[in-house]
Amino acid sequence: MIDFPLPRLEPPEAAVVAALGLKGGRRPSPRSAELLRRALELFRGLSEPRGVSLPVTAEEFAAIFRGQGRNARHAPLEVIFPRAERLHLFAFTLGERISAEIRRLFAGDDFALGAVLDAVASLAADNAGRVAEGWAESQAAGLKAYLYSPGYCGWHISGQEKLFASLKPGAIGMSLNNSYLMAPLKSISGVLVAGPAGIHRISGDYPFCAQCKSPACRERVTERSA
Amino acid sequence: MEILQRIAQSLEAGDDGDVPGLTRQALAEGIAPKVVLDQGLIAGMNVVGEKFRVHEIFLPDVLLAAKAMYAGMDILKPLLSSAGVASRGRVVIGSVQGDLHDIGKNLVGIMLRGAGFEVVDLGNDVAAEKFVAEAKSRDARVIGMSALLTTTMPVMKEVVDLLKKENLHGRIKTIIGGAPVSREYAGEIGADAYGYDCAQAVERVKELAAAASLRGGTAAS
Repeated sequence: MIDFPLPRLEPPEAAVVAALGLKGGRRPSPRSAELLRRALELFRGLSEPRGVSLPVTAEEFAAIFRGQGRNARHAPLEVIFPRAERLHLFAFTLGERISAEIRRLFAGDDFALGAVLDAVASLAADNAGRVAEGWAESQAAGLKAYLYSPGYCGWHISGQEKLFASLKPGAIGMSLNNSYLMAPLKSISGVLVAGPAGIHRISGDYPFCAQCKSPACRERVTERSA
Repeated sequence: MEILQRIAQSLEAGDDGDVPGLTRQALAEGIAPKVVLDQGLIAGMNVVGEKFRVHEIFLPDVLLAAKAMYAGMDILKPLLSSAGVASRGRVVIGSVQGDLHDIGKNLVGIMLRGAGFEVVDLGNDVAAEKFVAEAKSRDARVIGMSALLTTTMPVMKEVVDLLKKENLHGRIKTIIGGAPVSREYAGEIGADAYGYDCAQAVERVKELAAAASLRGGTAAS
């Protein structure tokens, strides 16, 4: 059971400000600072963080990863997971209330607050992935764990179907639509891959890397190796 | 005209409380609604867009200004309609099928409305066929598509191909945006434009809408 204490999910103000495009250490205007304060308050009041995980063997995961056969011809995960020592299917959601509030704010023309809350919730969901990675590393000393998700790095989004069928995150209120998109909106899913640090290094010369402007798959390994 | 400068300044400050009153005051002074729109509200929004482009302000400041713009537009809209001032055109936007990331698309929609366009927001997870069908039925000049996942980008090409198949390519212009998308990719799939961020997307849409008008307007109904 992975614990997701809200303070560990809440992003620092500086991270939210950066995510919303204020560069060079500039301070937000008083009106925007007030929006940030209100968004963080809403985040604390509306979040219902819940996660679920399931250990799987490499053979079991191979079938899940293959999904509907729509992955890129070559994808990093296909050479990473067979070298892992532990694999856990994983899903996490911040719950429906915060997603509903973001929709309500946009629909009611309070989109400035909606945008800030959306950024806070997205960063919090990312932080949940890091909490889960820390949990996976705590299960076996000396291993590095990273979360890999359908929709990224050549793993086709349709991979969600088999992942959900095995993991059954309906128990924490998550579902998929016909396009394999998750509800509630602020949710993440994938496989926690724990193994020697070296297995996570991705070359960056896959065809889809040329179109990718946010190579988090490589940056996160560099950051945590430093 | 000092009142127009005050409208622009209040809008820049994101003051949606002051803008409606100042807009009414400008009208009471006999200034034409179109002039209030162009030299007050849109002038203010242009300054905001430029400050955002150079990272002097950040997104919430732009959105507060857009909200103030809406407050002013609520007063001007009926007057502009009765004076026969047309909108700048209709734009259909959405996040492509398989993609639920819609914040960037939402922001583009807000800023397009602020720039005087009518926006039909189809939401997220929108199939290629729906983009085209809605653009046709709504008589739109431009389709704007957003994607955040490399795995969903091919839907953008499906839309362009479908427009070509229906002989609408060029009459309905296309613009794409989102983290994995680039100007090169737009060229590769035959899209008419690429928007790096929401401010640039609005500038590109203005150009596309003008070009679509020159071609004799909009989609076949």
